[in-house]
Amino acid sequence: MRRKISLKLITSFLLLTAFVSFGQNEVEQVPEHEPKTDKKTEIKEYIQHHLMDSYDFGLFSYETDAGEDKHFGFPLPVILWDNGLKVFSSSKFHHGETVAEVDGNFYRVHHAKIYKVDGIDGEIIEDAHHHATNEKPLDFSITKNVSLIFMVFGILFFMFSRMAKAYKNNNGMPTGMGRFLEPIVLYVRDEIAIPNIGEKHYKRFMSYLLTVFFFVWIINLFGLTPIGMNLTNNIAVTFCLSILTYLITTFSGNKNYWKHIFWMPGVPVPMKIILAPIELLGTFIKPFALMIRLYANITAGHIVLMSIIGMMFVFHNWIGSSLSFLLAFVLGILELLVAALQAYIFTVLSALYFGMAVEEHHHDEAH
Amino acid sequence: MEIPEIVGAGLIVIGAGIGIGRIGGSAMDAIARQPEATGKIQTAMLIAAALIEGIGFAALFAK
Repeated sequence: MRRKISLKLITSFLLLTAFVSFGQNEVEQVPEHEPKTDKKTEIKEYIQHHLMDSYDFGLFSYETDAGEDKHFGFPLPVILWDNGLKVFSSSKFHHGETVAEVDGNFYRVHHAKIYKVDGIDGEIIEDAHHHATNEKPLDFSITKNVSLIFMVFGILFFMFSRMAKAYKNNNGMPTGMGRFLEPIVLYVRDEIAIPNIGEKHYKRFMSYLLTVFFFVWIINLFGLTPIGMNLTNNIAVTFCLSILTYLITTFSGNKNYWKHIFWMPGVPVPMKIILAPIELLGTFIKPFALMIRLYANITAGHIVLMSIIGMMFVFHNWIGSSLSFLLAFVLGILELLVAALQAYIFTVLSALYFGMAVEEHHHDEAH
Repeated sequence: MEIPEIVGAGLIVIGAGIGIGRIGGSAMDAIARQPEATGKIQTAMLIAAALIEGIGFAALFAK
């Protein structure tokens, strides 16, 4: 018991010191060099900024009466490959306002991407379509999104190792974390995996289904916290998740699965020839839709929620503002549901595709 | 955004809305008829709604 308490104390102390040390160098004074835009554009820019990945872990920022921007958060490491490995702290960018100099190279952040520039006053050169033409170094940085992936990884590992330990220590009776997680795990097994994949094969896919369910769910929940991190509205993340589903489906596909794609039984030959490319395309469209669905749902939810919160500042009277507050509150609860629903949908559809891939052939069944 | 794009986005939303509305309505009918199958109907309803939603979002974002 005592050991537990001391461990907790040490962890909380470490966390506190981390935050204190992060807080120190983060108060910036930025000279006002452009005329202030109106509220609506400001809100629009804020939402766009919120939806983008960033190189520093900004918790919040505000503008003082004197017109200077104050940022609270901490910098993250930037890792670039540009004729050699370059590792430096993102605090060198000063929230994207200055050029960072590393070993005689100059880098600048432009629309949440790092570009190489000529000198300390180097500018981003844009072409007619507003795309930067500067050279782009290979970027392996631990950005905000990547750090959140690590965090969720840590949380999942903590939760499930605690759960496993609870089972081990209490002769199979769940306690603590296990009591919370057991119904959900059982739900994924009994309501998602077994009906869609079948009794015979479901065990192979359980680990993936559980991982993806909890990963997406926890990430979506993090997106709703005021820390303002969101991962599933980064299409690269959902792309990777759906690629995993695609690979598992493809590699666990049995003879029948491929037969049903390339030579659909039970239909006339000309129809088989027409169906084959469509079915083949379908195998790509399924994970593609999976990717778009998760990405678009969360992005749309965030845009709507933040727009309604932003409307509070646009209305500037008590009826409008309190109405939009109420609406934002209700929508926030709805988003809580959507967070779980999207995780559920992703898992169910993955299970459905796996089920198609491993389905046994029934000779008596008409197609 | 050009005007045709706005109209197109509106049409997509109308289409997806009608589709999901019909799914929800049919699921309600089905549940009223067979309350013991509520769980299965809800699952099927959610999957079908998610599929339509996916198409709708894909069309909205692919403009």
